[in-house]
Amino acid sequence: MTRPAAPLVLVAGNPNSGKSTLFNALTGARARVANYPGVTVDRTSAALTLPGGAVAEVVDLPGTYSLSARSREEQIAIDAVLGRGAPSPSAVVVVVDANALGRALYLAFEVLSTGVPVVVALNMADEAEQAGIRINAVHLQTLTGAEVVTTVATSGRGVDRLAAAIGRAVALGERPVPHVERPPALVADLARLEAAILQERVLDRPGAARAWAAWLLLSLDDAGRDDLTGIPPSLRALTHDVRARAREAGRNIDLEVIASTYRVVDATVDAVVRHTDPGRRTWTDRLDEVLTHRVAGGVVFAAVMMVVFQALFSWSEPAISTIERAVAWAQALVRGAMPPGPLTDLLADGAIAGVGNVVVFVPQIALLFVFIGVLEDSGYLARVAFVIDRLMKGIGLHGRAFVPMLSGFSCAVPAVMATRTIESRVDRLLTMLVLPLMSCSARLPVYVLITATVFAPGERWGVFSAGAVLLFAMYMLSVAAALGAAAVLRRTVLRGPGSTLVLELPPYRMPAVRVLAVNVWARVRAFLVDAGTIILALTIVLWALLSYPKAPAGAAAGDDLRHSLAGRVGRLMEPAIEPLGFDWRIGVGIVGAFTAREVFVSTLGIVFDIGEADETSEPLRETLRAATWPDGRRLMTPLAGVSLMVFFVLACQCMSTIAVVRRESGTWRWPLFMFGYMTALAYTASLVVYQVGARMGWGAG
Amino acid sequence: MSPKPASLASLPLGRSAVVARVRGERAVVRRLLEVGLVPGTRVTMTRVAPLGDPIELRVRNFALSIRRSEAQGIEIE
Repeated sequence: MTRPAAPLVLVAGNPNSGKSTLFNALTGARARVANYPGVTVDRTSAALTLPGGAVAEVVDLPGTYSLSARSREEQIAIDAVLGRGAPSPSAVVVVVDANALGRALYLAFEVLSTGVPVVVALNMADEAEQAGIRINAVHLQTLTGAEVVTTVATSGRGVDRLAAAIGRAVALGERPVPHVERPPALVADLARLEAAILQERVLDRPGAARAWAAWLLLSLDDAGRDDLTGIPPSLRALTHDVRARAREAGRNIDLEVIASTYRVVDATVDAVVRHTDPGRRTWTDRLDEVLTHRVAGGVVFAAVMMVVFQALFSWSEPAISTIERAVAWAQALVRGAMPPGPLTDLLADGAIAGVGNVVVFVPQIALLFVFIGVLEDSGYLARVAFVIDRLMKGIGLHGRAFVPMLSGFSCAVPAVMATRTIESRVDRLLTMLVLPLMSCSARLPVYVLITATVFAPGERWGVFSAGAVLLFAMYMLSVAAALGAAAVLRRTVLRGPGSTLVLELPPYRMPAVRVLAVNVWARVRAFLVDAGTIILALTIVLWALLSYPKAPAGAAAGDDLRHSLAGRVGRLMEPAIEPLGFDWRIGVGIVGAFTAREVFVSTLGIVFDIGEADETSEPLRETLRAATWPDGRRLMTPLAGVSLMVFFVLACQCMSTIAVVRRESGTWRWPLFMFGYMTALAYTASLVVYQVGARMGWGAG
Repeated sequence: MSPKPASLASLPLGRSAVVARVRGERAVVRRLLEVGLVPGTRVTMTRVAPLGDPIELRVRNFALSIRRSEAQGIEIE
């Protein structure tokens, strides 16, 4: 085993085992969050000073039930443990939930089988004691060959002893692996693969090679449809051959590998665990009677979601207006201190506006992740998936997609980030590709301006005002479009393996404030660094498009805009958008709205020579009502208004959404696909609305 | 034993059974086995979601929720 200068220590464990809380307790709040190369999985690491003075790098692995993998995301764990494409670890801490040793030890034995020194952290020991579960830690130590430390991550109990145990483990070097009794045929298969692995020099330790052989048999897809990397073709071929022969012999290799490991787990649990009070009703059982109850569960669910929704909509508002005021103040400061000119414009309208465009998302992102953190850590998020899964699965969405989709009504940017709570990559991609169709709050100013422009305030359809009916219709359209798009994408572009639900419902627990704070900050920071730089760059590009080339000196702002590249693009676009009922001035507004949808309103203000305008400004409404096509027809007929609103519901008019999907999907392919399909959908829908409407003579006057 | 093996999906609420065999799509089966639903393991049907699906099981002292479609592939004895 190669020894890096600073010993590397991995922390592995099941989801809900308190792994991250323990990692935090062990390393303090000095964690650094980065991405694993090529995938969008957080790599959280921190320095830990071991007793004796050596400093180790500790890495928190993604929570997992096993080391086997179907995707590159899942492959991270095995590659880290075996030191493939990464430094070899000096020790691995396996965090096990003391309440569910019968499941948690499976991962521990998988890690032990690689020969790496292991420390078992028997976490949530307090809960186990209260539930009458007695674990003989000394005996467990003997049976596993790993040092066992009892911990309570939330209170810090046992954390010092864990650090000391890590200090001892990193000095051990390769360990003998525990004996797992396998069926003879499987032993022969594993030996064949192990020999080939050693011969290919992929791994140099026999223990690691045998563990990897089992991993290959469990993980590789028989049709080669996995995207696992770093596997020599000869080993792939051999694995397929071994599996094919086993199938012909009527054997199920997956079952053989997993069941033989579980036999060791069961024998170990029988030897070390005494359950003094089985079948006792817990606090969680009692809460679940209410929270997953047919009626009460639904009521609580609706109430919790209302609070989240309300919070995203209105609690973030004061912070957002403060940021907007600060941006305006900084722009005024620059304009006051510098002579007018291109540099001042670049600084004020490009750079400062760009920073503002990034920072303005922070309140909503922070709030959403506080909520998600509390819901997740308390155990309620799993119940949300449990309660809502039936409705979501028909569409092809995962139960966990509900909270991100709901957040989409507020803003797609934090909502896309929230899809990280969905484990499977396909389910996650699907959710982030459709949720920008949910009508976000930035579309509201556009709807308000249009309805107020094309309908008289008193216009009523039955008992409802025309504006209210249309607004409601737009929200319905957005939900229908998002669900419809999900159903279609699930059956076409994102077919993949069928969506499944194998969901643990962890006991209800009190979220730890410190872990929550660290996580929220990690999210905000990642957004600022990754998506933020793209948003800043795009703001400057769009500013340049809307400002250059300039009209001759002394012209009005409207002339400048008409003269700019964006103005020309708008004019060029006119033949394409005329069938939707939009002239080139609306085209310029649509281009401007790419910075953020609500910018449509202020861009129209400039292009119609109103100057500063918002959705409530009466002069802008008046001007729009009076605007005509060159042949004298009215521009903003009710039909054109509806067509424009439909366009805004469906089009991906938001560079920040594209930036954040780029970050969360790890490639430009998916954000570009999203922009493409949403634009096509928007164009087609508006075209149908306007053309059919015009033929039928609706709202032409 | 009945000629046609019973599936976990048909287990009444509150009753326990022992897993005999897990069938279905490979990735799903592997996942179910890895969280501990290996043959010989005792499972209890503890709850049904408000809309009738998914279901909640007690297995190896933790609560596991799966869909009925997945439970149909789990034969019990």
